[in-house]
Amino acid sequence: MKKSYRIEVDCANCANKMEAAARGTAGVKDASVNFMALKMKVEFEPGADEAAVMRAVLENCKAVEDECEIYW
Amino acid sequence: MTKKQKNLLVRVLAAGALLLAGALFPSGKLPPLRAALFLAAYGIVGHDILRKAYRGILHRQVFDEHFLMSVATVGAMLLGEYAEGVAVMWFYQIGELFQSCAVDRSRRSISALMDIRPDYANVESDGALARVDPDDVAIGSVIVVQPGEKVPIDGVITEGVSTLNTAALTGESLPRDVRAGDEIVSGSVNLSGLLKVRTTKAFEESTASKILELVENAGERKARSEQFITKFARVYTPAVCGGALALAVLPPLVRMLFLSLPPLWGAWVYRALTFLVISCPCAIVVSVPLSFFGGIGGASRQGVLIKGSNFMETLANVKTVAFDKTGTITHGNFAVSGVHHGTMPDEQLLEYAALAESHSSHPISRSLRRACGKALALDRVAQVREISGHGVLACVDGREIAAGNRNLMHAQGVACTDCHEPGTVVHLAVDGAYAGHILIADEIKPDAKAAVAALREAGVRRTVMLTGDTQATADAVAAAVGIDEVHAGLLPADKVAFVERLLAQKGRKDVLAFVGDGVNDAPVLARADLGIAMGAIGSDAAIEAADVVLMDDDPRKIALAIRMAQRCMRIVYENIFFALAVKFLCLALGALGIANMWLAIFADVGVMVLCVLNAIRALSAKKL
Repeated sequence: MKKSYRIEVDCANCANKMEAAARGTAGVKDASVNFMALKMKVEFEPGADEAAVMRAVLENCKAVEDECEIYW
Repeated sequence: MTKKQKNLLVRVLAAGALLLAGALFPSGKLPPLRAALFLAAYGIVGHDILRKAYRGILHRQVFDEHFLMSVATVGAMLLGEYAEGVAVMWFYQIGELFQSCAVDRSRRSISALMDIRPDYANVESDGALARVDPDDVAIGSVIVVQPGEKVPIDGVITEGVSTLNTAALTGESLPRDVRAGDEIVSGSVNLSGLLKVRTTKAFEESTASKILELVENAGERKARSEQFITKFARVYTPAVCGGALALAVLPPLVRMLFLSLPPLWGAWVYRALTFLVISCPCAIVVSVPLSFFGGIGGASRQGVLIKGSNFMETLANVKTVAFDKTGTITHGNFAVSGVHHGTMPDEQLLEYAALAESHSSHPISRSLRRACGKALALDRVAQVREISGHGVLACVDGREIAAGNRNLMHAQGVACTDCHEPGTVVHLAVDGAYAGHILIADEIKPDAKAAVAALREAGVRRTVMLTGDTQATADAVAAAVGIDEVHAGLLPADKVAFVERLLAQKGRKDVLAFVGDGVNDAPVLARADLGIAMGAIGSDAAIEAADVVLMDDDPRKIALAIRMAQRCMRIVYENIFFALAVKFLCLALGALGIANMWLAIFADVGVMVLCVLNAIRALSAKKL
């Protein structure tokens, strides 16, 4: 399952950090951040609970970049 | 400006005033008050950086720019250099504010493309219009598009006449006239009349959704230079922190233990702090992704969609371009290009031919009717006999007309004159006597020649045309537009084999691009180093298979795309080399004690601002 989320982040490098953080989250197969469109695309592992995984993704992102936001 | 930016601006201004007051305060008098002014300024402008550095340490992400800045500024103030410590933080925040505004501006300038997402569709029910989510509109429903609204879903007009603005999709600013029966695509804006449209696709599959998906996915494929920067920052920042630590500790120890000199701790710690400020990698880590962001955004504004920054790199190195003829060099439709050896007026000949072929729906017959240009009374035609592979015999206005190829003329016992121009020839005989022939050819796009010349200027060394058409036709087209090599009579599978042969012939770093119109050439688009699909609106297969998608069918956009990519890559390398050169120079000066904190601020913030300004250039298509 692939889903796209609107995000908020200030700089291009912070976006790359978010991407790395999202990729490292359990339940996420792959993730990419598009700084231009302010979108995060997440591919979930089969059977993953979207809401729970996304909460973890946001937490991991906040750890590397304080002032970021993901909307879902 | 966003709320965040305004907030930062206010903080920068307030801290600036306090900093100025502190600097002008007569030194020597009331030192605690002077220090308080500086500390207040520092707190106002830098508290969030300190907090981020602290949180970074908590999360074991120690070595980032916030950490560098915090250590350098706090250290400077501990050494008693209040003004310098505050100034470093102050300029750093100005740089951040500047960068944030620059990103916003670039984002807004490409937002026209992001604006194509339709929010609703109008559906008529019981005589009243209802706004519904475009996702809920079934294929085959009739939707209403009012003037000023975006077309939400691809479809065919059933009622109404209007003009559409497709600028956001194709970069083409000229409005397009549409009427009942025309296919229209989502994302275009209805300018004048009310349109009723029968949808032919679901919202998900419509052009606007497909394009947005493509643009949003462009982040998935990162360029090598972008990956390099990410890796570089991971090694670089800890390395310079180690360097700074060594600079602060080793020289004083050496002086003290081996040279019996005073250690001068303060001076060496100051040098180490200067070193930290200089080494902040912001200029590179910010400007490189921003250049790609600008390059891809700027290209999309011209109707050129690039599917990732890695293709930006590839596109900049295109040295061989292979074209599919139909749909790229030529329009892919047939039109009468001449009437030769006529024994009667051309119009008369065309009219006979069109009438004789009036019952056929073959493209050739349609082009004859179009060239004739007037309504044809079908009751003038009688006794139509189609002879497969030859042509048609008919009685028009009581005269015996034979229209077809040479074989038909031979069968009728009529001597015919061959045409020396490439194309399809329709010979005509009237009452058993040869009356001339009509030449029908695929039209070459008016800009094709300029497009090939522009490719040469953009550094393309070899142009090749691959086509299923006959050798004569292909040669003529290639000669007319200036293409070097022609391979004709190819089946789609042969084209893949040919592209493979071309791939084997080129240099290792050179790139082979294949340009097709997306009809039947998906395998070739995928096999080439870089697949470019053109005129791609409405063709899902092409959008899927290609790496670069040209929204309209103007072949000059190929060279434009290459030039934009070349400039983008040049900007990326300029920024990397400029920033590294300045930093290493200043680092060397700093270690020797020649550079002070003010030079360090330039090496950090000044270089960052210059790199960001340079990166923004990637957005524009001017002077290309």
